[in-house]
Amino acid sequence: MKRIINNNSPIVRTTLITALALISLQMTGQNGKEILEKVDQNLSSKNRIIESAMTIHGRRSSRTITSRSWTEGDKKSFTEYLTPASEAGTKMLKLEGQLWIYTPSADRTIQISGHLLRQSVMGSDLSYEDMMDDRKLSDVYNVTVTGKDTLQKRDVLVLELVAKVSDIAYYKQKMWIDAERYVPLRQEMYARSGQLLKRVELTQVKRIQNRWYPSKVVYKDMLKDGKGTEFVTISIKFDQPIPEHIFSKASLR
Amino acid sequence: MKKFLLKGILKDRGRSLLPIIVVATGSLLTVFLYSWLTGVMGESIEMNANFNTGEVKVMTKAYAKDAEQFPNDLAILDAESLITQLREFEPTVDWVKRIRFGALADFPDSLGETRGQGPVIGWGIDLLGTNSKEPQRFNLQSSLVRGVMPSKEGEALITEDLARKFSINPGESFTLFGSTMEGGFAFYNLTISGTIIFGATGIDRGAVIMDINDAQRAFGMEGATGEILGFLPDRYFNIEGAEEIKTRFNALNIEASNGESDEFAPIMITLRDQSGMAEMLDYTGAVSGLMIFIFVSAMAIVLWNGGLLGGLRRYTEFGVRLAMGEDKGHIYRSLLYEALMIGTIGSVIGVAIALPVVFYINVHGIDLGGMMQNATMMMPTVVRTHITPTTYYIGFIPGIFSMVLGNALAGIGIYKRQTSKLFNELEV
Repeated sequence: MKRIINNNSPIVRTTLITALALISLQMTGQNGKEILEKVDQNLSSKNRIIESAMTIHGRRSSRTITSRSWTEGDKKSFTEYLTPASEAGTKMLKLEGQLWIYTPSADRTIQISGHLLRQSVMGSDLSYEDMMDDRKLSDVYNVTVTGKDTLQKRDVLVLELVAKVSDIAYYKQKMWIDAERYVPLRQEMYARSGQLLKRVELTQVKRIQNRWYPSKVVYKDMLKDGKGTEFVTISIKFDQPIPEHIFSKASLR
Repeated sequence: MKKFLLKGILKDRGRSLLPIIVVATGSLLTVFLYSWLTGVMGESIEMNANFNTGEVKVMTKAYAKDAEQFPNDLAILDAESLITQLREFEPTVDWVKRIRFGALADFPDSLGETRGQGPVIGWGIDLLGTNSKEPQRFNLQSSLVRGVMPSKEGEALITEDLARKFSINPGESFTLFGSTMEGGFAFYNLTISGTIIFGATGIDRGAVIMDINDAQRAFGMEGATGEILGFLPDRYFNIEGAEEIKTRFNALNIEASNGESDEFAPIMITLRDQSGMAEMLDYTGAVSGLMIFIFVSAMAIVLWNGGLLGGLRRYTEFGVRLAMGEDKGHIYRSLLYEALMIGTIGSVIGVAIALPVVFYINVHGIDLGGMMQNATMMMPTVVRTHITPTTYYIGFIPGIFSMVLGNALAGIGIYKRQTSKLFNELEV
């Protein structure tokens, strides 16, 4: 009996800490949905124009691809690759869940669909599906807060997200959210089977136009070897006017 | 005595007809099944060697680990230099560059937008070289259904099934979409010069054959190649020769590396080292032995039984011969001579019937395409028998051996007869 109620028991300590964490979360009045909505406020926008550099680490060498993207909501997106020379002029257009790629070398517009959307983009750790899905997290996932932790020397809330829609790449996600700035600092994406598919580390969180935004993201496809793919935001502008013609097939050529 | 025995066999059909029919049937089946199985397995091995494995293959060590996924990012970079080295190292072998790839074939509409697309596997081979044996290895000229062979860069052959599926004809263009060696987007336009049927369902679903220079440009592999295949001068796969070349080459490279591990150093493997090929080769080797064993065993049992029945029927005859003072050993030997003659006659008849059938199937083949709709293994759909020197004599082995064995077992009864009881047995 004495053993069971021993306050020094690790089980009792862990239970107490978890209970206290959950009580403190309740006391702050935050539930998972509210937290996720705050994350969405930081990451999602009506539209944005972003210039970025994606560094892909191959077995032999690494290479960096720069691009400029225009995005409107979660339905429209247009990307133009700027460097290296072999990729320059290649353009990608997403409209209502459909994806087209144009390359000047072949002067062809090719539609990407079906299982191809799960393929890696240019040998990176990102799939076309990853690049296409701009939906708000709170729209596609149910969320529960599972605990608190410390990451990158910051207090974080640990969230477990389970898909509430069927057309989604990752059935489950585990997220470490900066408890103060509401930006994810780490994400783990899982298949329905529980298999860990991808891990994402988000760093260099900056204040941009009244929101917190991670300017460096490292994606790691857990099903393949390699050092992962770094995605660095060079510049980003939210809620800028974007001409409608950008999101048309005519702009591909 | 031999002439006497032969007359007996020919005139007493009750003694010889059934055994001759049984032996002839057994020999016929042995010849046919041996030729059939060696034909199927031999063609599969040759097809795999020509399309995929070569008799020896050189890749980087890193590529070799995942060779089935065609990891061209791990390709041999200075292919020409390595080919030159290989030609000096083993001049009798035909060394050829190959680029294997998986990609998406995108067929455009009149506006240049996607009309249809499907996954393809492909080969970049030396299609246009004047002395290249690669078109023959792929049997391209005979496989051509529509159009012509590629005559210049930018032209390619696609499988007829793929062309029909996307309603595309020779002279029209399509785009290959895949990944470059560095992982970038690979878009490459090709004009279809002709369509082909290989006769292997797995490939015929969707394949592209293009010139190696086009493949290098398409996948950003200028100067590089995924694999270097070596074909020995022998008609059939020379296991010992290939193993010897592999051992020498790999030993030289280990020496050159000074013990340092370089995952991009070249490594050589033989056809036998590649997936499923060792089993296929062992199986082919075991086929003839297994065939002979099964037929000898089965026919020996049948003919032993026939011999016993014959022995019973000729019980009185042997008794009279023993009573007349004929030696038991002489009767036994004459029985074996008789078996040898019946076995030979039966085998000659069986082989004589089997050979025309085997020759016919060797020339015309049998189309089993309908049975291989979902096959993924590289197997020819038109199967032909294989004729080797063994085909001519293999039927005699079970035919003669089982007849003699059957009669030898049944004839042991002769030694159990006792002269003192003969009068009683013969009811004299």
